[in-house]
Amino acid sequence: MRLWKTILAAAVLSLAAATSAFAARTDLTLGIVLEPPHLDPTAGAAAAIGEITYANVFEGLTRIDDNGQVQPGLAESWAVSDDGKVYTFKLRSGVKFHDGSAFSADDVKFSLDRARAKDSLNPQKPLFAHITDVTAVDPATVKITLDGPQGDFLYDMGQVAAVIVGKASADGNKDKPIGTGPFKLDHWAKGSEITLVKNPDYWGTPAALDKATFRIVPDAAAAVPALLSGDIQAFANMPAQDALAQVQSDPRFSVVIGSTEGETILSINNKKPPFDKLAVRQALASAIDRSAIIAAASNGLGKPIGSHFSPGDAGYVDLTGVYPHDIAKAKAYLKEAGLENGFSATIKLPPVPYARDGGQVIQSQLKDIGVNLQIIPVEWAEWLSQVFTNKDYDLTIVSHVEPNDIDIYSRPRYYFQYDNPKFNDVIKELGTTVDKDKRLELLGEAQKILAHDVPAVYLFELPKIGVWDAKLQGMWTNWPIEADDLTKVKWAD
Amino acid sequence: MTAYLLKRLIIAALTLVLASIVVFAVMEILPGDPARLMLGLNASADQVEVLRNQMGLNAPLIPRYLHWAGGLLSLDFGRSYTYSVPVIDLVRERIAVSLPLALIALALSTIIAIPVGVFSASRQGRAGDTLAMGAAQLGVAVPNFWFALILIYVFAVWLRLVPAGGFPGWSAGIWPALKSLILPAVALALPQAAILGRVARSALIEVLNEDYIRTARAKGLPYRAVLWRHALRNAMIPVLTILGLQFAFLLAGTIIIENVFYLPGLGRLIFQAITQRDLIVVESIVMLLVAAVILINLIVDFSYAIVDPRLRGRQ
Repeated sequence: MRLWKTILAAAVLSLAAATSAFAARTDLTLGIVLEPPHLDPTAGAAAAIGEITYANVFEGLTRIDDNGQVQPGLAESWAVSDDGKVYTFKLRSGVKFHDGSAFSADDVKFSLDRARAKDSLNPQKPLFAHITDVTAVDPATVKITLDGPQGDFLYDMGQVAAVIVGKASADGNKDKPIGTGPFKLDHWAKGSEITLVKNPDYWGTPAALDKATFRIVPDAAAAVPALLSGDIQAFANMPAQDALAQVQSDPRFSVVIGSTEGETILSINNKKPPFDKLAVRQALASAIDRSAIIAAASNGLGKPIGSHFSPGDAGYVDLTGVYPHDIAKAKAYLKEAGLENGFSATIKLPPVPYARDGGQVIQSQLKDIGVNLQIIPVEWAEWLSQVFTNKDYDLTIVSHVEPNDIDIYSRPRYYFQYDNPKFNDVIKELGTTVDKDKRLELLGEAQKILAHDVPAVYLFELPKIGVWDAKLQGMWTNWPIEADDLTKVKWAD
Repeated sequence: MTAYLLKRLIIAALTLVLASIVVFAVMEILPGDPARLMLGLNASADQVEVLRNQMGLNAPLIPRYLHWAGGLLSLDFGRSYTYSVPVIDLVRERIAVSLPLALIALALSTIIAIPVGVFSASRQGRAGDTLAMGAAQLGVAVPNFWFALILIYVFAVWLRLVPAGGFPGWSAGIWPALKSLILPAVALALPQAAILGRVARSALIEVLNEDYIRTARAKGLPYRAVLWRHALRNAMIPVLTILGLQFAFLLAGTIIIENVFYLPGLGRLIFQAITQRDLIVVESIVMLLVAAVILINLIVDFSYAIVDPRLRGRQ
């Protein structure tokens, strides 16, 4: 009897070993912190929507790769007119939506017209503001006319909110996303998990994974045991906090620290006294010690920034030395502003660790120059209505995660309340400049103006803390856009 | 009895109406705009206005209240702003996790608490009692999320007997679904059992000092029979009261445990809805919970009558 059992066990074991040797694993469970409210990237701003659907379920005319470069997407090629106003996209053939309907130029026209319509609810509507006409020349050709040359147009068409949706299925995408991507939605157990399966009719290189499940793990403390028990094999961005070391020392996991487009800044209400005085803002910038903030607010992983620009992007200028940490200098600035005795102000902190932890450090650092900060913790909903919409704040900490968003300082009525004609001119010129070198030059100029004028104190670039099974390949290191692109992800044999 | 029942029902209805006004008013006062939350930082004020109109947020207060309350009467709980599905569907999915979890935790808590309470009461002041009550004290004091994490590390990470969290759904089979509820149920049950055990003990001690207990002993009944058959039954009323309260708590107040085990339960749905200002979901679920608590209280009242026949004839 015992012998039989042994033989049986040996047989089962060798069988298991054999199958695992021949067929690599084809399923993956990823952990995400926040559940998306729905799955339509053209109808909601929640980052989790794009994280799950971008490149997996939905595709745009172009696509952004993991280096932030523009690649062909549903358009295999394009031509730009000499005046930079007309883009003619040649579309791929044989593309089908997940509901079986064929993709054509009509869907592109429909998607872009819908996004720029008067009653459009597209969360990134400004991306489409310069389009004046979209024409389906033939089923495989689309002509887009702009009101002037646009330096970023091809990049913008690759952004999450610019994905192409089907005419017939667009209204149902929130619950049943129908895209053209290599994965389609299998099921969504609300509050629990979202499962994608491979799309067998995909036009391009099929995905290596058959099934990918995004499981919602809201608690940072639960993330580590979920990985250790093998229930979850990857966190594209792990809410690890102090527990990261525990995973880092474990050879079963890869820990990959990358960068995001999240400029974490101490936003200043530039119209509210005394912050309307340049010297006061300079005092804040000089009083702040970035390394201490980075240590507390991002476990020492964030990269310091001196302006509103990601260190990983082309055109980055290191301006962290413009206002070095110098208490005496900060006090001198305050004296220059006539506030040598300091002043009191409030700082509103949204419910994210980088803000709540960073806020305490900033409070104690500013105390050294006699500025007393009262911390007011707020929820996101309160932050949006009080700080962002009503501009009822002195200081706040927030990470601006949109890519290429240095132009926000030129937006009228934006919550910074910053208005600098010189800066606005640079941004205006940048918008219509197509030449690459000239663009980089203008971007540098814009960064320098912000660094010196301090409409906000620039703290650090939010890191992306990727943690996954060491045998998993093809996960993105950086987040040029917040997307968990699984098209190249596979298990090593 | 009928008059009593009628009176209770009228009070229940009034409570519901009052609760609906309070809940609605509180959610109105809460700062934050669900439309802005949906559309994010780059949407224009015009776009937010379009969405507000679509959501019906721009209608005047009182018609909006009447519309919502009227819907509740016909069991129409409205549609979620964020998920854009009927609220009742969301609730149904979450109840499928929260109700079984609450029932298992309650059963576990009772199974542990009653014997411990009886044991302690019958050995009042002796070593066994001190030990049991010390353990109960510990059970009340230990934070349940910490206890939950210990359970996860031992049973999921180390022994790999159960998953570390998540809920596969009942469609995955009874056993896998139950397996994922065991650890959270234990984590929830233990502190509840500690409270319940202490209540059971003190209620029993009080009863054991009654004259009829001495009489029962005097007529020759064994101590064990007196304890379990006479004393325990009479000590049940405070125990049932606590049980009723605990059940209401377990149904929706378990947000911390749901987070640690990433279970899609009612508590997390409410929490998520509040942070996303999904007002209609919060309002409707809170009303459902109010109704549930009222119902539980009614059931507890009736169960008093079952354990105590004297209450049956009373008004």
